[in-house]
Amino acid sequence: MDRFLFLTFDGLARGAVLAAFALSLVLIWRAARIVNFAQGAMAVAATYVAFTVTAVTGSYWAGLAAALVAGFLIGAVVERGVMRFVGNTSPLNPVIAGLGLLMLIQAVLGMVFGNAYRTMVTPFSSDPVEMFGITVFSSYDLFVFACIAVLVGGLVLLFTKTPLGLRLRASAFAPDLARLLGVRTPRMLTLGWALSSALGALAALLVIPTELGLNPHAADAVFVYAFTVAVIGGLDSPAGAVLGGLAVGVLLSWVSGYWGATLAPVAILVLLLAVLLVRPGGIFSLAKERTA
Amino acid sequence: MSVTKRYLLAAAAAVLLIGLTFIIPSFTSYQLAIVCAYLCGIAGLTLLTGAGGQLSLGQAALMAAGAYSYALSANAMADAGAEGPLLLLVPLAAAVFGAAVLGLAVGLAAGRLHGPYLAGFTMALVVALPAVTSTFSSVLGGDQGLWITVEKRPTALRGIVSTEAWQAWLAVICSVLVLTLLANLLHGRFGRHLRAVRDNPVAAALAGINPARTKITAFVISSAAAGMGGGLLAYTTQSAGPGAYSLVFSLFLLMAAVVGGIGSLTGAVWGALLLVALPHLISTATSRLELSADLSQRLDGNLAVAVFGAVLILVVLLAPQGIQGLLVRAGGRLRPPPSASLPPRSTEPAPPSPATAPSRIPAPSGQLPATPKGQ
Amino acid sequence: MTGGLVLEGVTAGYGSVPVLHGINLSVEKGSITAVVGANGAGKTTLLRTVTGQLRPTAGSIRLGTGKDLTRVPVEEMVRHGVALVPEGRGVITELTVEENLRLGGLWRKDRRAAAAMLTRTYELFEPLDRRRKAAGHQLSGGERQMLALGRALMAAPALLLLDEPSLGLAPKVTAQILGMLRRLRDDTGLTVLLIEQNVRSALTVADHGVVLNLGRIVASRAAAELAEDTDLRHTYLGF
Repeated sequence: MDRFLFLTFDGLARGAVLAAFALSLVLIWRAARIVNFAQGAMAVAATYVAFTVTAVTGSYWAGLAAALVAGFLIGAVVERGVMRFVGNTSPLNPVIAGLGLLMLIQAVLGMVFGNAYRTMVTPFSSDPVEMFGITVFSSYDLFVFACIAVLVGGLVLLFTKTPLGLRLRASAFAPDLARLLGVRTPRMLTLGWALSSALGALAALLVIPTELGLNPHAADAVFVYAFTVAVIGGLDSPAGAVLGGLAVGVLLSWVSGYWGATLAPVAILVLLLAVLLVRPGGIFSLAKERTA
Repeated sequence: MSVTKRYLLAAAAAVLLIGLTFIIPSFTSYQLAIVCAYLCGIAGLTLLTGAGGQLSLGQAALMAAGAYSYALSANAMADAGAEGPLLLLVPLAAAVFGAAVLGLAVGLAAGRLHGPYLAGFTMALVVALPAVTSTFSSVLGGDQGLWITVEKRPTALRGIVSTEAWQAWLAVICSVLVLTLLANLLHGRFGRHLRAVRDNPVAAALAGINPARTKITAFVISSAAAGMGGGLLAYTTQSAGPGAYSLVFSLFLLMAAVVGGIGSLTGAVWGALLLVALPHLISTATSRLELSADLSQRLDGNLAVAVFGAVLILVVLLAPQGIQGLLVRAGGRLRPPPSASLPPRSTEPAPPSPATAPSRIPAPSGQLPATPKGQ
Repeated sequence: MTGGLVLEGVTAGYGSVPVLHGINLSVEKGSITAVVGANGAGKTTLLRTVTGQLRPTAGSIRLGTGKDLTRVPVEEMVRHGVALVPEGRGVITELTVEENLRLGGLWRKDRRAAAAMLTRTYELFEPLDRRRKAAGHQLSGGERQMLALGRALMAAPALLLLDEPSLGLAPKVTAQILGMLRRLRDDTGLTVLLIEQNVRSALTVADHGVVLNLGRIVASRAAAELAEDTDLRHTYLGF
């Protein structure tokens, strides 16, 4: 029972990361109708920035801040530099451009930092602590929860309570109308990409040190998991991304805990297959979004 | 181009390439074999993505299915004492069949998906591959993969050709076969149905075409082609392992199909050539530079991937019809005005009608410098 | 200032096909001008050209202040005092009534003025006041039209453009909304350019009427005069 509880809570922490990453995909999808296949590589690039800053300054927190700033800037540059110019004549073009970016970013990271795994420090221990007689969370898990809760909560407030958020939502829902109302939609698009990329960077920074190890391909699996979450939750649904992320995280934790970590990608594939076959419409979203 | 002309062209290409192996060094013959193996996988993508509009990142997994099918059947047959042409042909057939079966399964699941959803699902397939091989490591050999007992070249040829040249012969013949079959399909009824479904599934369904069945069939055909490619790779490298069929390899295949010119089998040829030649050129160039061991190790591989990624982005932004599209346009300019309106025919079966032109991925050229979104 | 909006020789269209041919049009400041005409006469194209969604291939579009609008980007129009109530209302259905309204005044630096405007808009459109938190898709057609009009007014425009405001509305609601335009003109000196297929009600409310046919202006007169010209009505407006 102890183990079950631990795996469940650990899964929730892992799920929070997936939720954040899936949410970052949802943000771009809502703003630009693009699934950004370079999101993982962009997040890893930001994590390398954090790694470097932490190595130079000796402070984890400086690295954390650097990852957020770097993620923000990378998102803006990718949108301004590439995605803006990809015509939407075919839905495949943005996907292909994203894949090109994925290759380019991973290769550049490999050239600059090498392909070897790097060890990253964490500010808290990932050993589980005992509470009320049972071991549930590690202090790192709590830290992960707190970080993601703060950033996601901040984003929710930004989007729902501020004039800027209103502009962002208006240009996502109805770009042509928003422009007529004076919203500078190109800027909003860049900002949407930047915010999403910063969120992705945070998720990568939190999950890489304990689960994956830092290397240029570190986020490939995370992207696939987060994409699965998006399929389950619906690319249009931020709430679906968060709930789906937590659910998939717990599921993965059980699978890894009871059957071994190597099975996690297979479990994801089976889950994806099951959702697509049994309920192709997904659990939170409309079917028309995913079939032609 | 008539079917007879296509067959003549295919035979001529095969004879020419086989003749070439007598001139080129044996390492180049080996590279030729690899090009041909890749070509099978890329040509499958050309059909699936170019004509079918379904973007798959699973091609590496399907090639892996071919390679493993080859390995398992060849090893089993060798253990049973089989030898001779049978030990070559049966495993190759198994490779095609094994990949086609996996393709059917994927197609059934993914046939209803489109665009990013399909890409994501097939990406999951590739990412799960190492997990699958290590889960069934007693059969599939885990991370190490399998070593394969391969049937060597026939005794009669041993004095005449090298192992590499023989590998190239086999790969050339198989890939020409695959390409010819794919060209027949693309220019026949199936190709028309596939493009109709891609361009407007509802209209296609009203015209009596079953969109789901057409898409699944495209998946199976594309997978069978990939299986042949995987089988050839397995034969040439005498191994099948998860490391060779990673996500990066899938991206390479897609890159080759897109950069060559998606929707055109000639483009697939350019793509396959580029995929083998560019890394070779880059590593030749960097080895001349006398870099430090650390730096050259970091550049090794990565530089080629970076160039591929950059090329892929540039092609999507500037020339969505790829190399083949550029060649066709250049060819069109060279011609006198009266014939300029006709699409120039190249070495490969060119589209017989405007309807077969790759219309999904490439943007109309007038719209290339895309305006910012939301305008 | 002689006019709220002056078009001189405006030619515009889609691709190489011109829809508007050398349009000359002057909208008096503080007046309501109705542009009427059959389907396909180029009415919506005219509005799209004024708001910058479509660029004229020839001619100029100027505000009464002399400001040349020909090169102004769509998103800057509202900063020059031009607001549009688009065809089919154009309410952002995912946003609430209040969010839609706020969006209209968002470009203004003066937050307090925008807040005051919101209060006034709620006074002007009582049904909206009762449904502040309702999402756009929950509104009736009449409420949506009020919302779109209210949102345009939130921008405190000098020139208000309306594309077929009566489309799909009950006659009573149409009369209510058109009546509101007259009040706004009288109270605030708003200049209005109205595109309508519903000729009768449009000419009742307007000061000036313009008949558009196949991309050309065939008549431009006082609205009352135009309404009585039976020949013109028979020829171009079909009643």
